[in-house]
Amino acid sequence: MDYLWAFLVGGAICVVGQLLIDIFKLTPAHVTTSFVVLGALLDAFGIYDNLIKFAGAGATVPITSFGHNLLHGAMASAEDHGFIGIAMGIFELTSAGISSAILFGFLVALIFKPKG
Amino acid sequence: MKLQGRQTWKFGSEVYLNSTGTAVGPMESEGPLGALFDVRYNDLHCNEKNWELAERRLMEDSIASCLSKAKLTNDDINFFLAGDLLNQVVTANYVARGNEIPFLGIFGACSTSMESLAVGAALVDGGFAQRVVAAVSSHNATAERQFRYPTEYGGQKPDTATFTVTGAGAALISNEPSPIRITSATIGRVQDLGIKDPFDMGSAMAPAAADTIMTHLKETGMAAEDYDLIVTGDLSGVGAPIVKMLLKEKGIDVSNNHRDCGLMVYRPDQEVFAGGSGCGCSAVVTYGHLVKELMSGSLKRILVIATGALLNPTMIQQKESIPTIAHAVALEGIKGGSN
Amino acid sequence: MSNKEQQQEYAKKIKPLQPKPPYFINCLKAYLVGGLICVIGEALMKFYMTYFNFNEETAGNPTAATLILIAALLTGIGVYDKIGQFGGAGSAVPVTGFANAVTSAALEHKSEGIVLGIATNLFKLAGSVIVFGAVAAYIFGMIRYAFKTLM
Repeated sequence: MDYLWAFLVGGAICVVGQLLIDIFKLTPAHVTTSFVVLGALLDAFGIYDNLIKFAGAGATVPITSFGHNLLHGAMASAEDHGFIGIAMGIFELTSAGISSAILFGFLVALIFKPKG
Repeated sequence: MKLQGRQTWKFGSEVYLNSTGTAVGPMESEGPLGALFDVRYNDLHCNEKNWELAERRLMEDSIASCLSKAKLTNDDINFFLAGDLLNQVVTANYVARGNEIPFLGIFGACSTSMESLAVGAALVDGGFAQRVVAAVSSHNATAERQFRYPTEYGGQKPDTATFTVTGAGAALISNEPSPIRITSATIGRVQDLGIKDPFDMGSAMAPAAADTIMTHLKETGMAAEDYDLIVTGDLSGVGAPIVKMLLKEKGIDVSNNHRDCGLMVYRPDQEVFAGGSGCGCSAVVTYGHLVKELMSGSLKRILVIATGALLNPTMIQQKESIPTIAHAVALEGIKGGSN
Repeated sequence: MSNKEQQQEYAKKIKPLQPKPPYFINCLKAYLVGGLICVIGEALMKFYMTYFNFNEETAGNPTAATLILIAALLTGIGVYDKIGQFGGAGSAVPVTGFANAVTSAALEHKSEGIVLGIATNLFKLAGSVIVFGAVAAYIFGMIRYAFKTLM
């Protein structure tokens, strides 16, 4: 069942992105940046956590969860350190994603050659 | 007077296309014209270290095979006119560094093929040169990475997109008789009807092609039927019907003798979206295929209109539309021709 | 230079000759590819929760890292751009699309050297996601925290 919901919700988020590309002629870069902001916004209202409970990876794998994690880390750190905590915690939860993207991106670029 | 009307050059009888050379990448080798190209690579890197070197190799190969067919060397050439799609026409510059022929760099995006041929013919006709080599190149990966995205980026392209031809073509122009004469050329005006989509260059370029064709016919006094073939450079599956429609509106019917190089260079089942583009597109089709038809006599008189989208990614991001241009050159086979 | 009216007239005239994107097929493909990537993510999450000491909250981290590794490798061997052409947003929206944007930019600029090529261009395409994400999170965080302290 978890798999089904992950598929349905994750796929649906992608369809929204596809419609933005096809109908509103946005570039993929515009879509992903909009989705990150949207993810943060949904988290600001506490909605995104419910979506994750419901859909699991269907909500954590799309880039919207990046925005959600950014805000989540900031808020958790704000609990302890106040306003300064927002700056301190913003990359707390996304660290794994960003650092692995840097590392793997760099290593792959070192090893492989573009195929065209 | 060799000028006819405002923008058409009528060359004297002493301007000939003596020899041509072509070099292409893997997709073009597999295309319907594949066997006609002189040098064929089955590796997109053309055995070089990076994409830019690969494109340079293609241009060098096309020139080498053009000159070897004419049994000439670099020292026999007065001027080298060349261009490509990359910033500062780097491919042409570096090829010129190697061959040491006096050099004029030319840029007209994908129209550079006919622009260089027309200017070369004018130099020969005016007595300013005895032999000129005109060459252009384009490479799918160098174009992708400069104008669009990195080659491995997973962005989806729409069906209106074109596929930059990996290929180079070179032509030798001189006053020494050969089976093919360059009879006239029409220099185009920059047209812009407000198309902003870099993935729909066919729609952007069609008005430029239509304008140049109309002007050419008017200023030379020819009819569209006088040409066995009117070939546009890279309007592709989207732009080709548009140019036919635009010409029809002006009472010119090219439905029987119009073809587009972008649709000739690949098979329909090759995954190239709307068709081929790039200055290599019109160059390899003209210099590899059409020239042979002229020599054999199966075509007598053709008009090649190379179309260029003067696209710049920065300008597009600044919300500018795409200016476009088209230059036409008329070629005539002497065998069975009118003179 | 053409005027606005000519441009509009031209746009209208050529409309029937321009192919429309196949909306339904594109959405279907995006759904399939995007959904499938999420299913792989779900399987990875379950794997990390069962065999390693991760809970539902933390399992997202190794899952994202693994997906990023897979996408980076697929980019390196020249497969991800083909998936992208098929899947559209389905492969651009998941975190794998982020990894592809990072890796493809780095790989493409390899010929300009490791420092000025690979490292400098690593975030050429994906940087906008981090910039907008961080700025949005900062602003929303400030607002939410302000509300919380005031209430």
